[in-house]
Amino acid sequence: MFFINGIGLISPQKTSETKEFLKEVIEYHADYLTCIEPVYRTYIDPIAARRMSRLIKMGIASARMSVAEAGLEMPDAIITGTGLGSVEDTEKILAEITKEEHFLNPTPFIQSTYNTISSQIAINLKCLNYNTTYVHRTFSFESGLIDGMLQIEEGTASDVLIGAIDQMTLNHLKITRRIGLWKMQPVNNLQLMDEDSPGALAGEGSAFFVIGAKPVPSTYCRLTDAGVWINLNGSLKINKAVEEFLGNNGLTPGDIDIVMLGNNGDSNYDFLYANLADQLFPGTAQAWYKHLCGEYHTATGFGLWAAANILKHQSYPEILHLNEIQPSRKKNILIYNQYRNVNHSMTLVQSC
Amino acid sequence: MSKKIFVTGIGIICAIGNNVQETLSSLVGSRWGIGEITLLNTILKGVVPIAEVKLSTTELLDLSGNSGRKDLTRTTLLGMIAASEAMASAGIQEIGKYRTGFISATTVGGMDRSENFYKEFLANPSKGKLIDVINHDCGDSTERIARHIGITDFVTTVSTACSSSVNALIFGSNLIKTGQLDRVIVGGTDSATRFTLNGFNTLMILDKTGCHPFDENRAGLTLGEGAAYLVLESEEIVLKEEKSVLAEVSGYGNANDAYHQTASSPDGTGAWMAMSKALEMSRLSLSEIDYINVHGTGTQNNDLSEGIAIERLFGDRVPRFSSTKAFTGHTLGASGAIEAVISILSIVNNMIFPNLNFRTQMKELKIKPVTELLTNIPVKRVLSNSFGFGGNNSAVVFSKPDDNSAPTEHNGLTPELLI
Repeated sequence: MFFINGIGLISPQKTSETKEFLKEVIEYHADYLTCIEPVYRTYIDPIAARRMSRLIKMGIASARMSVAEAGLEMPDAIITGTGLGSVEDTEKILAEITKEEHFLNPTPFIQSTYNTISSQIAINLKCLNYNTTYVHRTFSFESGLIDGMLQIEEGTASDVLIGAIDQMTLNHLKITRRIGLWKMQPVNNLQLMDEDSPGALAGEGSAFFVIGAKPVPSTYCRLTDAGVWINLNGSLKINKAVEEFLGNNGLTPGDIDIVMLGNNGDSNYDFLYANLADQLFPGTAQAWYKHLCGEYHTATGFGLWAAANILKHQSYPEILHLNEIQPSRKKNILIYNQYRNVNHSMTLVQSC
Repeated sequence: MSKKIFVTGIGIICAIGNNVQETLSSLVGSRWGIGEITLLNTILKGVVPIAEVKLSTTELLDLSGNSGRKDLTRTTLLGMIAASEAMASAGIQEIGKYRTGFISATTVGGMDRSENFYKEFLANPSKGKLIDVINHDCGDSTERIARHIGITDFVTTVSTACSSSVNALIFGSNLIKTGQLDRVIVGGTDSATRFTLNGFNTLMILDKTGCHPFDENRAGLTLGEGAAYLVLESEEIVLKEEKSVLAEVSGYGNANDAYHQTASSPDGTGAWMAMSKALEMSRLSLSEIDYINVHGTGTQNNDLSEGIAIERLFGDRVPRFSSTKAFTGHTLGASGAIEAVISILSIVNNMIFPNLNFRTQMKELKIKPVTELLTNIPVKRVLSNSFGFGGNNSAVVFSKPDDNSAPTEHNGLTPELLI
């Protein structure tokens, strides 16, 4: 068994400064949603923090929050999932290369390396244990969950720190807008569903979770299973994969109390969520969260935070509701996500 | 549970060969792959050497069966070539027969194209060809390679700097051990880019004459490029299909130095821990290791720290060891897999490949590397080290599948056919 024993989340919502569960919701009218950052002094030595770029600081701070909440002294493994790592540092070097390859400051090069977040957390926690980083689009975080659960199952770890972290920059937004990933105009995040246009609302976030073999006083819920699928390509295959995944865990779609969907406002792809919801979960409470955090490679970290909080607080805030159905109990939550109909992932959480 | 994991296929492309056979003959012939920059368009041409795969991107397109395509990065193409060879080497025909995963490692992903895009983009945000940037992220190369070799059951990407592909191997092995997959193709791919070359240049760790690992006067690493993959299969498949086996994955370890973002700790703690964990898992005694393929980048810091960790672990009975990076250059995310392939070639052929460019004993160490090709010596168990930026240290132990057997015959990889 695996338990979510601590969470640290830095997001565009007030998730790092309060333990209250979405009591206050921040409304944006923006090109992309930006994280509300904590005061880093609490988590990182200010002298060390001076040289760190934003994403590294966000990673360390949220990791420290989760470890503190779980009352954990030292994780047996640190695993980070990030789609793009420190985009800000990567862009700094690319800009310098453009100027006849003249750059003398190695810091952005070091920080652009994808594993920097995981290793800076290791340095901060003085943790010599297993340490790795997954960098596969919207599989990055789930790959980390799968790895972490394997370590616990194999008995090589009891408490694993697993993160989901990505950032957005203005240049990156400009480029990926041209590719067609995002809305072309600033939008109101709380009216995202009314847009009915192609492209998602971009966002960012850093969520770290302590997954333990045993529950502790701060435990949120059980992490039952996680999986990734490539090329399910179409609703029939998606439905089949969902049923198989639930079946492997002794459940049917009817056992799911809330299905947490990855709707991001992109009219080209949101129909996949609607199909799944209509076909397998017509009588089930359907939830969403990406209007609160935006879309990014590891946005399911925000989704898992929301699901874990629903189970812990036995509260289902209205801002998450995608349909009118109220769950009769809050026991089993399935998180389903897809990225451009190529990368599909699921995570199952259950109350303790 | 706790099944055995076997390597049943290998594939490689690097500066010393476009496939396993060519790589082996270069290793045997002590032909190094380091030379002047010829393909990468950089201001550092003529300033620092590099270990390039000596095929243009057009030639790589042809070799990988993708002639004429415009959407593939050099990183992807190198990966496709090595992964296809690994699949063929393992004799995999019916891919859907077993649950098969693909775990690839990379540190640059599609940077070889996106660094070109950025130049135009920064001058004018509406400029730059999108086809040069859609492949930027690390997952892109993995998905394209997976499609190329027909894998759909499980796909992911690892990036832990220079230890990336060993961590891909560790995750893949754990997925087989816990029964989630039956077979996993693991490895890594990285192409040379201005991004990485300049990055290491700012750190002032590029040797202007080509790396000389474990030498007192070493002056840094030499960047390389390439890809390598290993087919890992469960004991069940191997028994059921009566497959020939190249090596067994006996143990692996991953630890973090937690010391400094780029420097290894002076006492080599992370390196020592990674090696110790790998040996502990393999249940082998220290004296049973016949050879260590060291990380040996040729930087002041790595070789000293790694050397100290090896002396600390093995005491005065340090096995024969060599760094093969003077052959292949430092191929970053691919290096762990490239060196895993070289370690397996060592086992299969009962050979130890030399540490080129070694001249002077390091004064801080008692040990020195093997400097001449050794043949006809029993190589039953090899420890392969991969250490990266951020203190990400990993090690893996490969063993000859059956201690009493003669050199394994496997798809023509016998010594007689090689020399």
